[in-house]
Amino acid sequence: MLGFILSRVLQAIPVLLAVGLLAFALFAYIGDPVTALAGQDASSEHRARLAHQLGLDQPFIVRYFRFLALALHGDFGISFRVAQPVASLLAERLPATLELAVTASVLAIAIGVPMGVYTGIRPAAPLSRVFMIASLAGVSLPTFLLGILLILVFAVSLGWLPSFGRGAVTPLGTWWTTGFGTWAGIRALILPAITLGLFQMTLIMRLVRSEMLEVLRTDYIRFARARGLSDRAINFTHALRNTLVPVITIIGLQFGGVVAFSLVTESVFQWPGLGLLLVQSIAAADIPVMSAYLLLIALLFVIINLIVDILYFVVDPRLRGGLYGPSR
Amino acid sequence: MMGGRGTGGLGTGGLGTGGLVMGRLARLFDSDIVFSLRRSPPAMVAAAVTLILFAGSLGAPWLAPHDPTDLSSLSLADSFKPPLGMVDAEWATPLGTDNQGRCVLSAIMFGLRISLLVGFASVLFAVLIGAAVGLIAGYWGGVTGAVLMRIAEVQLTFPAILTALLSGGIIEAALPRVWSEQLRLPVIIFAIGISLWPGFARTIRGSTLVERDKDYVLAARVIGVPAWRILLSHVMPNVIGPVLVIGTLALGAAIIAEATLSFLGVGLPPTAPSLGTLIRLGNSFLFSGKWWVVIFPGIALVLTVLAINVLGDWLRDALNPRLR
Repeated sequence: MLGFILSRVLQAIPVLLAVGLLAFALFAYIGDPVTALAGQDASSEHRARLAHQLGLDQPFIVRYFRFLALALHGDFGISFRVAQPVASLLAERLPATLELAVTASVLAIAIGVPMGVYTGIRPAAPLSRVFMIASLAGVSLPTFLLGILLILVFAVSLGWLPSFGRGAVTPLGTWWTTGFGTWAGIRALILPAITLGLFQMTLIMRLVRSEMLEVLRTDYIRFARARGLSDRAINFTHALRNTLVPVITIIGLQFGGVVAFSLVTESVFQWPGLGLLLVQSIAAADIPVMSAYLLLIALLFVIINLIVDILYFVVDPRLRGGLYGPSR
Repeated sequence: MMGGRGTGGLGTGGLGTGGLVMGRLARLFDSDIVFSLRRSPPAMVAAAVTLILFAGSLGAPWLAPHDPTDLSSLSLADSFKPPLGMVDAEWATPLGTDNQGRCVLSAIMFGLRISLLVGFASVLFAVLIGAAVGLIAGYWGGVTGAVLMRIAEVQLTFPAILTALLSGGIIEAALPRVWSEQLRLPVIIFAIGISLWPGFARTIRGSTLVERDKDYVLAARVIGVPAWRILLSHVMPNVIGPVLVIGTLALGAAIIAEATLSFLGVGLPPTAPSLGTLIRLGNSFLFSGKWWVVIFPGIALVLTVLAINVLGDWLRDALNPRLR
């Protein structure tokens, strides 16, 4: 298993290098850091000195490796927009996005899997039809519109929940702030988490449903029924467990999408996370933040893919190969 | 069905070009695809809704009650008129007015025009890139094909909206400021098109691989037809079917993507508002209870996308011979 993980890590390196190249090309060729730092009417001598200090007169390949080395040390340059180090901007925003994305995913799994199991076991039940129609609507409803509707109903009309921000946050350790510390923080999380999680939920529900329908047709389920096992044991121990491999893949691979997609939800709810930072940076043509975000998201996708691969080992004994699987 | 054929036959005999059109129409109504459409009530409803929305938006300059681009006709005294059914509503503005006194219904009709324009143009752009890459990678393979398909695969793992957002932002940052306002529309079309091409490339490559080894391609090669002609006039027509299905579903996705970008404020400017821009502008009045400025453009957007998606689902089943 160690060899397998190692080979996966090695495969990820060229992808990261390629994304790094893209991020660097952005950083190097778009926008003009000298003008940004020295101002429009700096003398050409001053500009040349500044360019030399910044290393802009070095050959491309040297600058690329220096960019990578700095990025590995967590140095992504200075934001054009707010004149702060990009790394500290990102670190400040990361907890908000991760808390939102994890809550939304947990919500989507906790509701989506049972709904999928139910609609899989009883495809013709009226409730199943309601779930299926609701899920079609959920797919066609753009995320930002769902957010607006939730704000209109629960914040403007009913006044039950806050419509923007993280509420109150409490520091946790040196660089993490959590919204789970206070009631206000948790209340502020509810609407954004539903907005972000609904699409995931419908996806998980449809997937679990189709997998359940597939598995319930197999011979070993028929045999389990013939043995007189309870429905509960058949549905949950025998059937659901065998649907888990594709479900875990999708949930895992979608998590990167949830983090990336949170930019829409964050904009609707003015949630101070990475996505809102990205949107603000794009509107202001803030290239350093854009290229750092690109690298961060690529890294996240690589890590998630790795975790999903490892989870396969845990869930499906056949994949463990010689060590446990076929020999037993 | 019989009536359609009868009229068509009569027309073709007597009335020249008009009759020819009738004959074509009759043949269309008699085809498999229309037969399948008639048997699917959701698809019929979706087709009707799509037709109405398309007609309403394409004919907006003639059909809309007001001209939202004509600033001289606006008066602040008319601002925030509620929609019909509420106190103070007026028949002239059935869906109410916005903060500048603009008729919401007219704004939606003109906005949908722009949303559809961006949707169709970006899907077309994506199909062109996808077809080029897919045909090359499928017909010749080779290193170029492998690299292009690898790029497509990596891009497919990224959410499309992020690709569109980043590529739009990059172009915007690279362009001189003076041009950015006029070039907003092509930039957005390019950005959304770029985010959608991998799906087309993968499908077209797959079907090209199948067609490449068939006898008719071999025959064409034997008689010396050049490769580009084999691809364009022989292989292309045989791989375009699935593209129609993905294209329809991608149209829905492209319209949502444009609306999302415009809502985020990095899409189309308020001078030519699409549905997404209307929703963004209206969103700032949500808290004062002026819900109609947001909700009606939102309904128009969802209705459009839902109808297109239902049609796409139906088309997929109708074109799939295994499901017949």
